[in-house]
Amino acid sequence: MSNIPADLKYADSHEWVREEANEVVVIGISDYAQEKLGDVVFVELPEVGEEFNAGDAVAVVESVKAASDIYTPVTGTITEVNASLEDSPEQVNEDAYEDGWLFKVKMSDPEEVNDLMDADSYADQCTEED
Amino acid sequence: MTDTHLLKTPLHSFHIENGARMVPFAGYDMPVQYPLGVKQEHLHTRAKAGLFDVSHMGQFKLVGSNGAQALEQLLPIDVIDLPEGKQRYALLLNEQGGILDDLMVTNAGSYHYLVVNAACKVEDAAHIRAHLPEGLELQEMADHALLALQGPAAVDVLATLNPAVAELKFMDNVELTLLGETCRVSRSGYTGEDGYEISVPAAKAVALASELLSHEQCELIGLGARDSLRLESGLCLYGHDMNAETDPVSASLIWAISKARRADGERAGGFMGAEPVLKALAEKRPAKKRVGLIGSTRAPVREGTQLFDASDKPIGVVTSGTFGPSCEKSISMAYVNFGEHEVGTEVFAEVRGKKIAMTVSKMPFVEQRYVR
Repeated sequence: MSNIPADLKYADSHEWVREEANEVVVIGISDYAQEKLGDVVFVELPEVGEEFNAGDAVAVVESVKAASDIYTPVTGTITEVNASLEDSPEQVNEDAYEDGWLFKVKMSDPEEVNDLMDADSYADQCTEED
Repeated sequence: MTDTHLLKTPLHSFHIENGARMVPFAGYDMPVQYPLGVKQEHLHTRAKAGLFDVSHMGQFKLVGSNGAQALEQLLPIDVIDLPEGKQRYALLLNEQGGILDDLMVTNAGSYHYLVVNAACKVEDAAHIRAHLPEGLELQEMADHALLALQGPAAVDVLATLNPAVAELKFMDNVELTLLGETCRVSRSGYTGEDGYEISVPAAKAVALASELLSHEQCELIGLGARDSLRLESGLCLYGHDMNAETDPVSASLIWAISKARRADGERAGGFMGAEPVLKALAEKRPAKKRVGLIGSTRAPVREGTQLFDASDKPIGVVTSGTFGPSCEKSISMAYVNFGEHEVGTEVFAEVRGKKIAMTVSKMPFVEQRYVR
């Protein structure tokens, strides 16, 4: 069973969202997702300042097997990216919820977070997909 | 998620018991990785010893008289002077000089032993049989599994079962007793490391694999790591880095044409495809050429990626690509236009709409460590 922290929100495309102050959220991929992807060898991140709509592909995580698009679950502007992944992409596998975070978004519509799944619902989805 | 149409090797249950993730490959249900994961499996093989099930590959005996002469009609290598107990890498060519498959040929004394790619074995057998003279028979060894034990500790692991394996040199291929069973053991493989390939009766395959795996230096390795290991070592994957549309000169496999079979050799030509291949060999100017590429970023540049020159002119396409866990670089094989093939040439790969600079580089990308 993969690790699904109770204090995060989840998108059905397997990203997690952590709310910080000032309507900024941190986004990464779930433990379940990193396990399915396998060893991550490269992460392509967006530019700080780029604007995206919820559901847009904004990053790419490449495992030894394939490249996977990562979608932002919320609309807004990129405020920060995890540049340490450039040299150590394996952090996505090793610590999906902390060191392996991908990017931060300043939300233009903070209500969108409420549409995301809680940990229990996401756990159900993962069980169904297995 | 078992597909009932897929074939199983004699080690199928063994893989599942050992936690393998199974995928369809060349018509077989095969392990792509084990719990260790592709990257660690790769690194383990380079550091210690990795055990691979390659039983999906085709094993054949060519039995009868004048087998070497018959094989020389089909292969551009010296089979007649291949010593007993030695194997040689060969290309199976069509009339146009296109590569139908790559294979290993061993002089086993009373017969020739062939190992061909899984995806090609039915066509290969039909092609070879169609061109055999009277008195020769190609027999598939369907009752044999094939294991590969690769890595610097492979010799220590296998020597626990028979110390004689340590005496073998690269490309020796002989019969030896392992666990009381006669096996065919070659010192060879497809990872660039020292190691062995072991043809074992199917009924003994699990016992042998279990015995090897019980050695603390040995881990099971899946197809995922097999692919990154062979790519780092500059070895072609049939159907990707070469096919019936590519000839040995374009594929940069000139070394696989024996001296004896070249224009000035003692048995020049006389193999299927000889005319176009020897012409291409004399000209040494193929339209496209297989090269190695190293990326300027860590982004893997995968099969199918288009390549451009500095002025945005298309010049080639990638045929294999990954991030090499040992060389820690993005590495690819590609076919590029003649003139763009020189080591040091900068080319640009289009990945997700962006151009990534790559440099034509010599292969292998890591040092080969064969015991010669």
